Amino acid sequence: MSGYPRVLFKNRRPGETLFLDDYLAAGGYAGLRKALKTMTPAEVTATVKAAGLRGRGGAGFVTGLKWSFFPADQPGEKYLVCNGDEMEPGTYKDRQLLLADPHQLIEGMLIAAYALQAPVGYIFLRYAYEDCARNVERALGEARRAGFLGTNILGSGFSCELHLHRSAGRYILGEETALLNGLEGRRPNPRSKPPFPAQKGLFGKPTTVNNVETLANVPHIIVHGADWYQGLALTEKGAGTKLFGLSGHLNHTPCVELPLGVPLGEIISDHGGGVWQGRNFKACLPGGASTPFLTRAHWDLPMDFDTLAAAHSRLGTACVTVFDEGTCMVAATLNLNRFFQRESCGWCTPCRDGLAMVSWLLEKIESGRGTPDDIPMLQDQLRNISGRSFCALAEGAMGPVEALLRLFMDEVEDHVKKGRCPFN
Amino acid sequence: MSQILPQEQIDAWKERVTGHAHPMELVVDVLRAIQAHHGWVPDAGVELAAEILGTTPLRVEEIATFYDKIYRRPVGRRVIHVCDSICCWSRGAEEVVGFLRERLGIGFGETSADGCFTLLPSCCLGACGEAPAMMIGLTTHGNLTPARILAILAAESGEAAP
Repeated sequence: MSGYPRVLFKNRRPGETLFLDDYLAAGGYAGLRKALKTMTPAEVTATVKAAGLRGRGGAGFVTGLKWSFFPADQPGEKYLVCNGDEMEPGTYKDRQLLLADPHQLIEGMLIAAYALQAPVGYIFLRYAYEDCARNVERALGEARRAGFLGTNILGSGFSCELHLHRSAGRYILGEETALLNGLEGRRPNPRSKPPFPAQKGLFGKPTTVNNVETLANVPHIIVHGADWYQGLALTEKGAGTKLFGLSGHLNHTPCVELPLGVPLGEIISDHGGGVWQGRNFKACLPGGASTPFLTRAHWDLPMDFDTLAAAHSRLGTACVTVFDEGTCMVAATLNLNRFFQRESCGWCTPCRDGLAMVSWLLEKIESGRGTPDDIPMLQDQLRNISGRSFCALAEGAMGPVEALLRLFMDEVEDHVKKGRCPFN
Repeated sequence: MSQILPQEQIDAWKERVTGHAHPMELVVDVLRAIQAHHGWVPDAGVELAAEILGTTPLRVEEIATFYDKIYRRPVGRRVIHVCDSICCWSRGAEEVVGFLRERLGIGFGETSADGCFTLLPSCCLGACGEAPAMMIGLTTHGNLTPARILAILAAESGEAAP
């Protein structure tokens, strides 16, 4: 194994879940204690901001900056919401975290709630994560009995209640405003922004939505400090470690914790055991179904937010899905687009009708019925969907389509020229 | 199954709703409770949920029809959600679907003749490291092979005997 430090997975044992006694023995709730006893809410936010923690749910927004927009001083109802919808294909890291160490999330949420002065928090979990939901339920009960949750936590005067919300499917709930509608019991179409959730979120009150892994980082930042956290990453600008969930055509498909900035090739070779069946690497999704493909040319690319953006892709959730040399990229893109098409909430035309059109064109090309006109028509769809949809779902859907046309145009043209899929 | 939800559960939900600042927050929970008891959510279930929550059937219906894990039509005693997203696709999901269809003699959206299994496609189940995967009820099964699928089906159909 690599000699890299483990932070989020330091307590992870195969097939086991760490509950309160073991979490305390491993130093758990020291971050909450430190924050409540020695820091002001503004100091907590400043520390998280200085640490450079960026959102782990896909967008990579600076967490401390998001918190600094929140009207923590405003009296009245305010909410912290943990986004555990995790439904972007290829992404399964939050599940691993909650299966291993659920108290880490609860401690992170309590510190975040203190920084935001939010007396109520919700943990929103997807339907398929019932095993995680049971872990969280048990951990919440333990935390309450131990005095970490509820009224006057550790005698600090700060009170916070956390509730678990079990959802019932649909990828769109991962979009933060759709999630808020879902929590309120409204039809979960996304809301128009502005107003942003920090001003008008859950039940119309100021709300911050953070991902599971993002919140789990917070106790460690509070205990060890911003400089330590920044030093964990291998890139100069990066900060912290990241959970990388591997999938696709690899010999091994574990979820591993590595410093941000680890080269793509190292992840594939050392942690994925290389491409399966002795084949060669062709491409990968670096961080979920919405992130543009990377190729062999990106083998040495450090996996971090800015480096991936410079390579015309996104770090996303850093869950890497690998394709071997025998993969038809038109077929892979069609599979990805069908997912987004089916999961579209149908609210706006570019998404509802545009994604169906893209699937139709890709199906035509893949099945050998494509004509030379279909390629410019696909480019036209890409232009007209990108930047014109109501929320980020269709924008994300265009990630792989854009990369297909940029990186694998010869393959697309070959389908049309031969009148069949060259990989069949 | 004749009753949509036992009276004591209806009473318990009504008690939770009373004094709740945002009763509609419970709508997914109520629908899931009805489904857990009744197997699926019939029109009368939507009406019952509306009555419990003090809202209109229409407001419940717009929730019930949005979520793919709320069944608004009759389903078998076990619902199989087979993942067809990219990671499972890359590791044989199409073969898994083909095997299930042949074995159960049904296509997507259909229920086996013995009323045991309904087959539905699903987006990513978050089991990408164990692809290909499927979910039956609330349990996810990964690393699927024909032999493993047969064993899972046998166990589930035994448990789900009428």
